[in-house]
Amino acid sequence: MTETTTTGAPEVRASEPNAHGYRSYSLGEFTFSRDEYFAHVTWPTGSHVMSIDGFLRATQRDVAWQFFYGVVNFDDVIGTINHYGNVDLFAGTFNDAYRRAEVDHLENFPHESIFGTFVAMLDDWTNAGFDPFASPEETGSPWGDKAGSNSAAITRKRVTAQRMVGVPGDEPLRTDATHPINRMFADVDQSEPEIHAEPGFEDEVAAFNLFAYLSRSDVTWNPSVVSVCKDSLYCPTTEEYILPIVHGNDRVEWFVQLSDQIEWEVADKESGSRRARVVMKPGDVAAMPADIRHQGYAPKRSMLLVWENGSPTLPQMIAEGRAPTYPVDI
Amino acid sequence: MPQYTTRFGGLLDYEKGGVEAIDDEPEHYAFSNMFEVAANAKAWEKVAVGKNQEYVLEVIRAEGTSEWRTAAHDETALVMDGSVSVELVKLDEPGLPADKRGSVRIDGDPAGRPMGRIVAGRGHMALLPAGAAYRFRADEPGVILLQTIEGDDTIYRWAEIIQTG
Repeated sequence: MTETTTTGAPEVRASEPNAHGYRSYSLGEFTFSRDEYFAHVTWPTGSHVMSIDGFLRATQRDVAWQFFYGVVNFDDVIGTINHYGNVDLFAGTFNDAYRRAEVDHLENFPHESIFGTFVAMLDDWTNAGFDPFASPEETGSPWGDKAGSNSAAITRKRVTAQRMVGVPGDEPLRTDATHPINRMFADVDQSEPEIHAEPGFEDEVAAFNLFAYLSRSDVTWNPSVVSVCKDSLYCPTTEEYILPIVHGNDRVEWFVQLSDQIEWEVADKESGSRRARVVMKPGDVAAMPADIRHQGYAPKRSMLLVWENGSPTLPQMIAEGRAPTYPVDI
Repeated sequence: MPQYTTRFGGLLDYEKGGVEAIDDEPEHYAFSNMFEVAANAKAWEKVAVGKNQEYVLEVIRAEGTSEWRTAAHDETALVMDGSVSVELVKLDEPGLPADKRGSVRIDGDPAGRPMGRIVAGRGHMALLPAGAAYRFRADEPGVILLQTIEGDDTIYRWAEIIQTG
């Protein structure tokens, strides 16, 4: 490996480009390399291969979400665990067969270190025309030798409203100029609410069309914050095709289906054995317990409200086992 | 180009999904449908359909004119069905301690300056600002999803609304 360091940024250990034009990356004892079709991952006791489209889509979410809440399984072998300041990179940790065979492997890294490596790898391995945030129908090919880059797509700014989208000074509404209506939401009503503010209260009397806003989303499976009530965060997202990761919860997570349908395959967080299917239709509300992993399937682009509790005290409660596993007690 | 139809739900037009348990209990998912909850609620009841620590999602059946309420923190109202108007008044005396959670009922008309009015339809989200009094009006039955904190008037009906084994 060639040591490549950017001044002021965490060290990224990358090789010179291979025959296909892509660099290989190492992180602790893990190595990552890609060819025309696949990402290859190795660690001292094993190796793994993933289709490059799935790998890039998963890496994109892990990077965009800053490793999210809990476990981000890229598939049933590799993934990350967020400890909010440091991050585990694992292979086989949540796979019974790998554990029994003792070929599983886990290493812990400072957040900045693994983040820097993932960002560099994603940027290097994403060719021009391929957008890991887009649905397969809406993007170009990830395959082949290195052909340019798509930095603008993979570094999109995540929406994080401080009070609510549309409030003066907060996140702006979406327009045709920046966010045309998605092809699958062409029938969504675009009318805005009537707002009659008395003089002096223009900043406080606020409302917007959330459904129209979501109909203009240019990403899939990427929750963003549109409204805030202290630590209660509304993080709606538009979903099409398959959630590119399998999310292993470390806390209860709530879903509200705003439009269309998503089917969730739910498995045990530790073993991966199947526990339930959850079919959500418009108006349905459901929680994902803290001891499961889940992956969503959306045949048509749909609107999903992910509701999160962003309290900074939750990681400590989780670490001490004080956060509930199940959502309600009846 | 294919024509797609986006499906939303409503009080009179909803189809509920569900939990297909394989090796689990359905109640672990607290599965409900907000339109069904609203269809079985009285006007302006605040029924929790989601709870995360002190935070709740409340479903409100909007019908007629609500009481005046206020909270010490921002709330949001997302209209999921129907048309709802929101009237806002800046209270002369907010009256609630800053750490008071959830909204409280105001007896009679609030004393303060009118802030304005919002008319929101399906999919529209309105800010209910901290320290303001608000009341809703809906000429026809509608449904509001309220982002708030559990308060004295939050109603819990888990045993009635969620799917169980």
